[in-house]
Amino acid sequence: MSQPIGAVLVAGGGIAGIQAALDLANSGYKVFLVEQQAAIGGVMAMLDKTFPTNDCAMCIMSPKLVEVGRHANIDILTLTDIESIDGVKGDFKVNLRRRPRYVDLEKCIACGLCAAKCPKKVDDRFNQGLIQRKAAYVLYPQAVPLKYALDAEQCIFLRKGKCGVCAKVCPAGAIRLHEREIRQTLRVGAVILSPGYRAYNPAGLDYFSYGAHPDVMTSLEFERILSASGPYGGHLMRPSDRRAPKRIAWLQCVGSRDQNHCGNFYCSAVCCMYAIKQAVIAKEHSEHPLECTIFYMDMRTHGKGFEDCFNEARDKHGVRFMRHRVQAVRPEKESGRLALRHLGESGKVQTEHFDIVILSVGLETSPELRQWGQGLGVELSPGGFARIDDFNPTATSRDGIYVCGAFAGPKDIPQSVIEAGSAALCAGADLVAGRHTLTVRAATPSERDTRGEPPRVGVFICHCGINIGGVVDVPGVRDYAGTLPNVVYVADNMYSCSQDTQNTISAKIEEHRLNRIVVAACSPKTHEPLFQETLAAAGLNKYLLEFVNIRNQDSWVHMNEPERATAKAKDLVRMAVAKVLRLSPLSEELLTIAPAAMVVGGGVSGMAAALALSRQGYPAEIVERDSALGGQARHLHQTAKGDAIEARLGQLIAQVQADPRIRVHLNARLTKVEGFVGNFKSTVAVGATETVIDHGVAVIASGAQESLPSEYLFGRDERVITGLELDQRMKRGDRRLARLRTAVFIQCVGSREPERPYCSRVCCAHSIVAALHLKELNPEMAVFVLYREIRTYGEREALYRRAREKGVIFIRYERERKPRVSATPEALEIGVVDHALRRPLTIPADLLILASAIVPYRDEQLAQFFKVPMNADGFFVEAHVKLNPCAFATDGVFLCGLAHYPKPIDESIAQAQAAASAATVLLAQRTIRTSGTTARVDLRVCSGCGVCVSLCPYKAPSLKTQGPLAGKAEINPVLCKGCGLCVASCRSGALQLQGFDDGQIMGMIEAA
Amino acid sequence: MEWEPKIVAFFCNWCTYGAADLAGVSRLQYPPNIRVVRLPCSGRISPKFILAALRNGADGIWVSGCHPGDCHYIEGNFYARRKFELINNLLAFMGLEPGRLHFSWISSAESTKFAATAQKVTDAVRALGPAKRMVKVPVFESIPV
Ligand code: FES
Repeated sequence: MSQPIGAVLVAGGGIAGIQAALDLANSGYKVFLVEQQAAIGGVMAMLDKTFPTNDCAMCIMSPKLVEVGRHANIDILTLTDIESIDGVKGDFKVNLRRRPRYVDLEKCIACGLCAAKCPKKVDDRFNQGLIQRKAAYVLYPQAVPLKYALDAEQCIFLRKGKCGVCAKVCPAGAIRLHEREIRQTLRVGAVILSPGYRAYNPAGLDYFSYGAHPDVMTSLEFERILSASGPYGGHLMRPSDRRAPKRIAWLQCVGSRDQNHCGNFYCSAVCCMYAIKQAVIAKEHSEHPLECTIFYMDMRTHGKGFEDCFNEARDKHGVRFMRHRVQAVRPEKESGRLALRHLGESGKVQTEHFDIVILSVGLETSPELRQWGQGLGVELSPGGFARIDDFNPTATSRDGIYVCGAFAGPKDIPQSVIEAGSAALCAGADLVAGRHTLTVRAATPSERDTRGEPPRVGVFICHCGINIGGVVDVPGVRDYAGTLPNVVYVADNMYSCSQDTQNTISAKIEEHRLNRIVVAACSPKTHEPLFQETLAAAGLNKYLLEFVNIRNQDSWVHMNEPERATAKAKDLVRMAVAKVLRLSPLSEELLTIAPAAMVVGGGVSGMAAALALSRQGYPAEIVERDSALGGQARHLHQTAKGDAIEARLGQLIAQVQADPRIRVHLNARLTKVEGFVGNFKSTVAVGATETVIDHGVAVIASGAQESLPSEYLFGRDERVITGLELDQRMKRGDRRLARLRTAVFIQCVGSREPERPYCSRVCCAHSIVAALHLKELNPEMAVFVLYREIRTYGEREALYRRAREKGVIFIRYERERKPRVSATPEALEIGVVDHALRRPLTIPADLLILASAIVPYRDEQLAQFFKVPMNADGFFVEAHVKLNPCAFATDGVFLCGLAHYPKPIDESIAQAQAAASAATVLLAQRTIRTSGTTARVDLRVCSGCGVCVSLCPYKAPSLKTQGPLAGKAEINPVLCKGCGLCVASCRSGALQLQGFDDGQIMGMIEAA
Repeated sequence: MEWEPKIVAFFCNWCTYGAADLAGVSRLQYPPNIRVVRLPCSGRISPKFILAALRNGADGIWVSGCHPGDCHYIEGNFYARRKFELINNLLAFMGLEPGRLHFSWISSAESTKFAATAQKVTDAVRALGPAKRMVKVPVFESIPV
């Protein structure tokens, strides 16, 4: 193949597409982000909060939207459909149909006059039809691009040829009523499909009265009701009479796990968690006590932090969970309420009344989407999603076309983001020879010299939807800020991080010649970089910013004391203004990055990460504690798709061993790690020999292990084994297995217990695969699975169905009433209370298999070496649960596999590739800028005592040896990490930490 | 209005400030008496900050950083602890009630500990009433005429 084209087309601008676009554009590829709607954002933009942390969706997404919107190497093509793709990997021709917007993107200033004057009202689909918008519209207030569009299906002029009011009122002359559709062909080297999903439409299920009564709604409609930017401004009301509800019910699995009514056999994987989230948020929003009930089959809270969330919803927030089947929902004329008839496990039918009934609708691909995918040459799975391979989790059946997000199976946001990274990695790896051939370097405007100017402070206060504005009196704080010295401009914004506010800030900096900025919003830890960039883009030194945390550390933690929270916000703003007055511009140093990686752990994740990095052209060193590669996968028999793991693992190991860029250290231990992002220096010991490795990034893939149970006679009777032991026997082809008369699986052994509250995620599917295998070996064998909740999420649900069809018997038990196991020489006796019959039952068994928990290694030393945190369970903590699931907050250190949380092989490989993608983004920069927050010496004051030299762990200070100032201290800004230890210890007061100097801190203290 | 204690807090960016953020994410509620000064590391804290805060009318001080061994800058918190001990002794010698000065280690994952400590610190300072001992009072007010 000649040189591949260094551009990638990403089809679909939801969160997965956005993430893939950013990874690729930031690692040297030109990206075309194609979106069918008028703006990017996808479903995540519609969400109010995200589980399990209840972070505001728009707040965490905004920085990404803004980054995509202003990226020099990403072209966003809205209102565009992909018709066909010709060509092959490295050189695709993508044929596009670009529908007219009827608004000139360059000219539109998003003033909204066109919409204000437009006479045509239409249902607002973004708000699920709960309210109306005009035919001239923006998709949502924070949309990227923030440009109006005319709705071709609704606009009076476009349909009937008269009206055209918008064109008359538009002050920018941006309306193009005669614009036409155009065809365009783009040449790219690879394609990523991220078209997302649609929510199941329950209109066909008439027994739920959906469509017949406005208070029966889908979960997505309710999400809009909860949203601050939604139809009711975040006030909890029922649509029928706009009254506050007292009782709300959620019905799970509507459009999922239901072959008969909707044709979707699979589990949509996200509905349990979003229902819990909505119930908790609704209770929070409600002004009076609100009763929330969730009707479900199995609660599937199998992700990181999910089980805690479930427990808290039940125990702390008082959400009622009912394992009942809802038979019908009927509106009652007299009471105006909804009568809900449900059936409990005991077979008793009950009727209860609710004000709102929410159908937790599943995720599906539309028939058009399926057809489109197939037309592009992408094979589909039984559930209608793109078919992928466990060991190549984002590659479609057509070479060079990758997939991520819900089109590759129903999934939540972090999993979509992980797949986006994986798809980006694979697409980029195909095009390494074309890297940097089509990209441009972003031009940064020259910096305005503000020295000598009197301080002119601008203060921007964020409502953050109702996150801040719902508690703190934001206009009050804004007006107060206006009274502070040197403040010349104040404003309050709905979402300060949205693209339009960012543009406003830039404009206001110019207009008012602002030279210091205070932003009072969420946390600087997540959002400061975004605002710093905005300052830089406006020609202001990015260090002239002070960030005030009035959300995480104010409105969210003082929800019941609005007045005192407002007073606190004022104090904090005053402190920030005091500091910002004393700030001065800082400069940064350029540093080269060592173009190599270290991967800690040689299991499937570690190997996949190393191979991915090598495909991107970077050498990788694998450090493995064991004497062989392969990790836990060596003990496993089959994946959930039924692939034999041994053979595929063998191929993976062979690939690693044959790769000239990968070096493997077995029986190895890390004994020392020095340095930081770009320049780590790690010492690896194998026996007595030590090797020092220079690397720019590190990937932690250190894995986890199976716990050994202490209950159910394990270790005391050899007929009791763990799930992994059964896999070993199956792999060996142990003949005795076929002769078993009865085999029993017990699930959740050591998981979901008070001392280990998390769900180990993989055990349900794993045990069912094994149960099916036993049934295959001997169809006469009685196989029981004793479970607390079956969590075969996604298309794994097919396994559960098949197992029941094949006669595997599932019996549910409660944590308070665990099975009892006793042994006789002939058989094990397993006592359990049958949930359906409510009768005790004794099962004589030849083999008892315990699905024991997956436990992390709790490697404290590793955590300390790389300064990365671990949670209470011992898993490593990622930078952000939702949007940064494979990196640490510590720069240059990445995370994947079981060390992050239990997960199956396909998800481990996807995360490994995503971690490699994030690492590639860094390595491809070749250089990074050091922070301007470094220490400085005032040579006039320095006495040359050398305390700083002896204190600094980074060896940044030294004493000059030459010249007239010999003996005095100097700081190497490249080595200085900006901790300020030397500054606080300097006896002469000669050292200052720029950005945190004594004057600035004292200013804050005085203003406190 | 009823008197409310004012507590000036110095948190390191990496651990305790992170814990405070997480407490927000988890919607843990604690009293709104704390005014946070964010610093890169507890090692940045100079004893004079504590003196300055007291002089400016703070009723209590709370210094918090990463757990021993977890400091983002390797050992800044050990030095912080030493400095804190010294200033603690000095202030006790000068007659400041010990309950006004607090020091804690809170990692970025310990949101519950953060909220609990915030409550504890506030309660302790509230019990002592307003701090008068070191407040800078204009000379004409302090000399009886
Ligand atoms: S960074 Fe937290 S104490 Fe040093």
